[in-house]
Parts: sequence; structure tokens; C-alpha cells
Amino acid sequence: MKVRINGVDERISEANLTLEQLIADRGLSPKKVVIELNLSIVPRKQWPQVTLQDSDSIEIVSFVGGG
Amino acid sequence: MKEDSLEIGGVEINCRLFVGTGKFSSHALMREVLLAAKADVTTVALRRVDNGAKADNILDYIPSGCKVMINTSGARTADEAVRIARLARAAGAGNWIKIEVIADNRYLLPDNLETLKATETLVQEGFVVFPYMSPDLTVARRLAECGAAAVMPLGAPIGSNRGLKTKELVAIMIKEIKAPIIVDAGLGKPSEACECMEMGCAAVLVNTAIAVSRNPIDYARAFSQAVQAGRLAYLSGLVESVDEARASSPLTGFLRDGD
Repeated sequence: MKVRINGVDERISEANLTLEQLIADRGLSPKKVVIELNLSIVPRKQWPQVTLQDSDSIEIVSFVGGG
Repeated sequence: MKEDSLEIGGVEINCRLFVGTGKFSSHALMREVLLAAKADVTTVALRRVDNGAKADNILDYIPSGCKVMINTSGARTADEAVRIARLARAAGAGNWIKIEVIADNRYLLPDNLETLKATETLVQEGFVVFPYMSPDLTVARRLAECGAAAVMPLGAPIGSNRGLKTKELVAIMIKEIKAPIIVDAGLGKPSEACECMEMGCAAVLVNTAIAVSRNPIDYARAFSQAVQAGRLAYLSGLVESVDEARASSPLTGFLRDGD
């Protein structure tokens, strides 16, 4: 399965990978990031139920310093 | 509410120096700067996360009571700015948004037309919107009409520390627009912030000048005091200037024959 994460194409071998697992696999702290899946924001409480599908486009973002 | 506080979106703002959080050497220093300036409003940005990024959450370092405005930096169109604003709100960062839509990489000058579009959309969605713009009376008027909480003209290009190069245009905006005018970007010295406040700006936003200073904490304090001084002078009414001298000591009673 091919997905696009933060603008980079990636192959995912795992079936039914949830957003919750994706964040954990990438070593990220769930409380600090926001996920946008195919241009829609996915609330954190839905992460355990939402699984990645082929061709999904995901943005994982967080806050940084800025003026 | 204190006598001269600024109220925006139901929030009482006593410190008219807004301080951005970019370019500091650490989150801890950034926090010290916000505390030293007694900042009531600050800004942060939203970016893609790298794998394994264990960095601290910058929001944890912002003093309690300091209102966070999320900027849409990185957006090149109104749609991108709207998308960033929605993500920020979903992330629990509140609904204060500084719209920054920039299509020019060299001078980082804002795209006023896309900024106006984004402002219209986000006001309708219930955001408290602070559009960063190139000073232009007509655009400022439209931004205010569609519900911008304040209008934020640039003083000079972002991070340039050149001061209030847009003074004449900002002065016209202050005279003609009811919404608060907040000079954002380009201020390098406390005296320049003071100048903005003397003219009647509601506030100023400073980031780079403080962050790159040899002593950011004291520089922030200096900016804060300059903003207060300028505000006080504005409220007192600036005095008239004349070409010729007007003696400040009495012109009679000299120790001279015949006087």
C-alpha cells in the first residue's frame, strides 16, 4: 500500500494500520501532533479506529516558534 | 479592566507589545523573554513533524495567561491559510489566527488579496482574525468590514529590523480605520516601537529583533518600556512642533538696565 505522509510517498506493508499506531511507530507524542487525512482533520479520539487506505494523504503537524 | 487596556475578542490586553516565539535559542529563553516583556499575546507557527521528533511542545513554555495567536506562515494562498487555521484550532490552540499569506520569497511581502479572502472565510468560521498585510487603506477597510479583530500592517520586511518604513501609510490607516492597527514586522529598535505607539497604533508585534539581540531578555524589557512610553505620549496628545525657538524661560526681569 502506498500513502503520502508529509509530502513524501511511503510504502506501508502492515494491513489495517491505525493512525494511533502510525504515530507510535514514528516515535511521536500523540498529544503534540495533529493529523490531517485527505485534507480532513481527524480528532485524536478517532485515531484508534481510523486505518490507512491505499493512496491516503496524511499530514502530521505540530507547533513551532514563529512570529 | 484596567484603564487603558485593549480588548480583543473578549480578552483584556494590558501589554501592547506582542512578542513572537521564533528564532530563540531555546524554549526556556523564549519563556523568560515573554515573562520579562509581560507579554499578553504571543505567536507560534504550525509545521510538519519529522519522524521521532521528541522536541518539547512549545505551547508548554508559554506563560499562563499569555494568549497564543497561531500564524499561518508557510501559506501561499487563502486556502492554505484556512487549512492551517483549522488544523491549529483542532490541535487545541484556540481560535486566534494571524493570517500570513506570502507568495514572495525575497521580501516576504504579504499577498493582500489572498489575505482578504482568508479573513472573510475564517471570520465566518468563528476565528478571531489578525491579518498581516502590506499597508493599503482600501484593503485595510475591507479587512475591518469583514470582521478582522485588528489589522496588522508591516513596518518593513519580516526580520529586516529596518523600522517603520511605511509610516505615512500606517498613519492614514490609523486615522481612517476603526479596528485596532498593530504594526507587525520590521521593527528593530525600541525607539521604532515607541514611534508606532506615539502615532496611535493599538499595539506592535516584535520577534526577530528581540530573538537575535545579544541580550533578548533586556531587549524585550526595553521594547516593553518603549511601547508604554509611546502609548502614554499618544494618550497625552503629542505637542505641536514649530520652526523657530520659543523660550522656555521668562523673557522679562533680566538683570539689565532698562528692563
